Amino acid sequence: MTVASHLRSSGPVVEARSLSVGYGKGAVIDGLDFTLERGRVLTLVGANGSGKTTLLKTLAALLVPISGHLRVLGAAPGASPTRVAYLAQFHPTGFILPLRAIDVVRMARYASLGLLGRASRDDEQAVERAMDVMTVSELREEPLDALSGGQRQRVFIAQALARGAELLLLDEPAANLDRGARETYRGVVRDLTRAGCSAIVATHDLEEAACSDQALLLAQRVVASGTPREVLTARALLSTFGVVARHGEDGVLVVEHDHGCDGDRRMP
Amino acid sequence: MIHDALIAPFTANGFMANALAAGLLVAVVCGIVGTFVVLRGLAFIGDALAHGVLPGVAVATLLGVPGMIGAAVGAATMIVGIGFITRRSRLSGDTAIGLLFVGMLALGVAIVSRSGAFSGDLVRILFGEILGVTGRDLLAQLVATVAIAAVAYTCRRPFLLLCIDPEQADASGFSSRLFHGIMLALIALTVVVSFSTVGTLLVFGMLLAPAATAALFSRRLGTMIALSSVIGGGSVYGGLLLSFHANIAAGASITLVATALFLGALAFRRPGGGAHARRAAGQELAPSAAGTPSSAREGATT
Repeated sequence: MTVASHLRSSGPVVEARSLSVGYGKGAVIDGLDFTLERGRVLTLVGANGSGKTTLLKTLAALLVPISGHLRVLGAAPGASPTRVAYLAQFHPTGFILPLRAIDVVRMARYASLGLLGRASRDDEQAVERAMDVMTVSELREEPLDALSGGQRQRVFIAQALARGAELLLLDEPAANLDRGARETYRGVVRDLTRAGCSAIVATHDLEEAACSDQALLLAQRVVASGTPREVLTARALLSTFGVVARHGEDGVLVVEHDHGCDGDRRMP
Repeated sequence: MIHDALIAPFTANGFMANALAAGLLVAVVCGIVGTFVVLRGLAFIGDALAHGVLPGVAVATLLGVPGMIGAAVGAATMIVGIGFITRRSRLSGDTAIGLLFVGMLALGVAIVSRSGAFSGDLVRILFGEILGVTGRDLLAQLVATVAIAAVAYTCRRPFLLLCIDPEQADASGFSSRLFHGIMLALIALTVVVSFSTVGTLLVFGMLLAPAATAALFSRRLGTMIALSSVIGGGSVYGGLLLSFHANIAAGASITLVATALFLGALAFRRPGGGAHARRAAGQELAPSAAGTPSSAREGATT
């Protein structure tokens, strides 16, 4: 069975209009307007505190939208936990949890199993395949607290994949990954989107953002929205991060800082 | 000789047999609930609940109703009060727990001190009376143990997700608030049904020590619960024997044995545990594989 075989809704995967997200009544980002179509990857780019995680949590129904219109897979957020997988930015560390890597990945199936459902062969195969593609099969019997940060991240990515969801919400998935593991993860997402799955990825990695279909540049507001080529301009990045590096005409790497109002003036 | 020392105390004395039965039931229930208390870091709220039942039991004794009912009311008041203070004041949870903890304990002592008629009962409430366990106590403990085991089994998936991260529970369609509440209710029920045997103070020790010992050696949740119950059962058996032969208060000796087992296990276990020891020895568990998988599509779907 593949993702494509159980895709059910025909409209946009995510539709946000005049969306305001935040904690309680305090908005972190206002005026969000975007649509994510099936089989597309949207990256959320921005500095720390720009609202990437807040938006992802709202899409995952962990936060309630403050105002505006938001539909996820054609329904209110949280209506279909089995069709949405959420990878959090931080994972438990430093204390004892009697869990092996495979137990963590198996948790992905809890959404469909409910309280008392019995895991089927399909469930187990989904777990095994997710561990296989993230190259963590050999870690299956290892205790979670025995894993390095990168290994643990790969196990949690495998957990998100094992749900067999139509929409992946990934909060900085490539953090802690070495180059090889990062390539593995990118290949997995690429294959999934070809199969009709969609993804929204919060990232600091501009290389990853450049490979996506759409990008939102956030700085507690929407700085730019569109294709990566339209969004990831030196001007917009300087405005967002306050610093940008680019190759000059002579091939020399030039790092520019936004010192207040003169930043924009210095950009081409 | 061995029979006289280790078995005869329970076969020759009905009160010892009753105490063992009640203690083993406490060990099982504390093994189940204590596992989640340890894994979720709920020790402080467990301690607070163990003390928070005191005014409820004191008032129940004054009114002549079963102490278990008063304990239940006390525990419920604690749970509701902690939630109320946390929401209204935006203070951290442990501040709310601490405030109610001392407040309820003080209230209990105040009630008892105004009623000299049952000053002796204070000791019984705090330290239990396992050697005076009745058939009725045993039945109540048995029913509660079965009920708690059934609820914990039913809720094992959201409970495990809560141990990782409450957001994981919510993102999987399980309300973290609801299942956290159920977990607190199980802790409260454990305290309420166990206070007549090992007492409110010592039930806390039984909640923590066996589960903490089991956590040092367990790689799976089921193993930790089973091991915790076995360690708790061993503590009860050893504690009762210690009490019988050395003339020490039974509840205290049970908790002393449980704590000693934890300290012994900690000393026996290599520092940092097996995983850390392996890492320290430079053994990578697995290299990070490079390359893009060809079967990613099948790998992530069912």
